[in-house]
Amino acid sequence: MIVMKNICKTYRVARRNAGFREAVKSFLHREYDTVTALDNVSFSIADGETVGYIGPNGAGKSTTIKILSGILTPDSGECLVDGRIPWKDRIGHVARIGVVFGQRSQLWWDVPVDDSFELLRDIYSIPSDVYRRNRDELTELLDLGKLLKTPVRQLSLGQRMRCELAASLLHSPDILFLDEPTIGLDAVSKIAVREFIVRLNRERKTTVILTTHDMQDIEAITRRIILIGRGSILLDGDLSDIAGRGDLDHTVAELYRSYDI
Amino acid sequence: MKWKKYLSVFRLRFAMCLQYRTAAFAGVATQFVWGFMEINVFYAFRSSDPAAFPMGFEQLASYIWLQQAFLALFMVWFMENEIFDSIMDGNICYELCRPIDLYNLWFARSAAHRMSRALLRCAPILLAAFLLPPPYRMTLPPDALTLVCFVFAMLLSVTVTIALCMLVYMLSFFTVSPQGLRILFAMIAEVLQGIVIPLPFYPRNVRRLMEMLPFASMENVPLRIYSGNISGGEAVRAMLLQGFWVLLLIAAGKLICRRAMKKVTVQGG
Repeated sequence: MIVMKNICKTYRVARRNAGFREAVKSFLHREYDTVTALDNVSFSIADGETVGYIGPNGAGKSTTIKILSGILTPDSGECLVDGRIPWKDRIGHVARIGVVFGQRSQLWWDVPVDDSFELLRDIYSIPSDVYRRNRDELTELLDLGKLLKTPVRQLSLGQRMRCELAASLLHSPDILFLDEPTIGLDAVSKIAVREFIVRLNRERKTTVILTTHDMQDIEAITRRIILIGRGSILLDGDLSDIAGRGDLDHTVAELYRSYDI
Repeated sequence: MKWKKYLSVFRLRFAMCLQYRTAAFAGVATQFVWGFMEINVFYAFRSSDPAAFPMGFEQLASYIWLQQAFLALFMVWFMENEIFDSIMDGNICYELCRPIDLYNLWFARSAAHRMSRALLRCAPILLAAFLLPPPYRMTLPPDALTLVCFVFAMLLSVTVTIALCMLVYMLSFFTVSPQGLRILFAMIAEVLQGIVIPLPFYPRNVRRLMEMLPFASMENVPLRIYSGNISGGEAVRAMLLQGFWVLLLIAAGKLICRRAMKKVTVQGG
C-alpha cells in the first residue's frame, strides 16, 4: 500500500542570462529561483495494482519516483509505503522495492552481468536458494541465457535493459518502480519488456508503478493512470475512461492541451 | 552479515581492476623511470654537499622505490572517476536505492581499487629495485619488527588516504563541479605528504608542523619507518597520530555524508 499525502518538493535553481558578463556577475552573486516540482501531490495505490504515471517532461514524475524510493526528501507532506517512510528508513525501505531507471545503468560496465547480479545478491543479503531460483526464473523469462556471461559494455541497449529489469527483481521486491523502462528500445525488446512486466504483476502480485511517454507501454501494462502536470495531479482514473476514442497518443496530447500543460 | 556486502563490493572492484593489464604495464614502466630519475637528482644534491643531506642515502633510495611501487595507495589525485560522475550525472540514484551505507560502499570501492592497482604494479618495481647496483639499490629494513611496523603503518596510511578522498567525494555534493576540490586537495596533499620532496628535507620547524598534519600520516610514516629513519618511540607516536587521523577523517566524512543525503538533489532528470 502506497499513500502520498500533500507532498510538496521544490528545487533551487541557479539562473542567469546568457553571456560572459552575466557569468561574471553570477560568480560574485548567484541568484536562485525556486522551482516547484511537486505541489500537494496525493494519491494512494493498493497492493498488486499497475499504475501508469504520465505527464509531459518536467511534470514531476521522476521526482515522485525518487521520493517513493527514498532517494529524495520532500519539503512537506506525508508518505507511507507499506508502513515505512521512505526517506526516514531508507535502508529498510529500499530492501523491499525494486527500481529501474531507463536512462541509467545499475550494472557494472566492465564485468559480466553475472558478477553484478552476485554483487546485488550480497548487497540485498538474498539467501542463496532464493537467489538461484529468482535468477533462473528471470533468465528464462527474459531470455538472458548467454547474456549473463557477457560484459555489460558489449550488450545492446535492449539486451542491457532486460538485464537491468532482472537485476531489479532478484530480491523479489513487493513494489517495482519503472522510470521509462522502454526508452530507446526496438519493437521486439519493447514487447518482451512489456509482456514480462504484465506477467510479473499477474504471477507475483508485484505492484508496478510505471512512468513513460510511450502510450503503448501504458496500454499494455497498466489499468489505472495518474496524470501529473506542473507538479499537480490532474487526473486519476481508469485507462478506459480516457481511452476508447481512437489513437491513445492523440488522446493524451489532447488531454495535455486541455490542461494547458 | 553486514560486512559481507562491503566485502563483496571490494572483491568485485578488485577483480575488475585486475583486468586492466596494459595500464599496469605502463604504470610499472613510468614509475620505474620516475624513481630512477628522482634518485639521480638526490644523488647530485648529495654530491654537492653531503653534510647537508638529512637522510642516509640508502634510506632515501628505499623511500623512493617504495613510493613508486605503492604509488596507487597514497596518491590523493587517484580518485574514483565513477563516483564523481555518478554525483554529477545523477547515476547515484541507483546507489541510493540499495540497502547499503553510501560512505562504506564508496570506501570499500576505493580501497579495492587502490590495492588492486598497487598489487599489480609493486612486484616488478620492487624486484628491480633490489637488484639494482648501489646507490640505486633498495635495502631490506633493519629488523623484522621494523617490517611489521611498516606493514601496520602502511595499512593506517591507506586508510587515512581513502578517508581524505572520501571527504572530497562528500564535499562534491555541494559544488557544481568536483574538479576544483579535487585539484586543490591533490596539490596540497602532494606537497605535504612528502611526495614531491620527502619531509626530512624541509627546515626543522616547517617539518615539525607538517608532520602533525593528516597528510604526513599518509605516506611519510610507513616509508620512513621501513628504512629506519624513524624508529622506537617516535614511530609509535607517528602511528598513534595516524590512528587519530583515521578516526577524525572518517567521522568528518560520515557527518558530511549525512548532511549531503538530506539535501541531495539528483541531477539530470
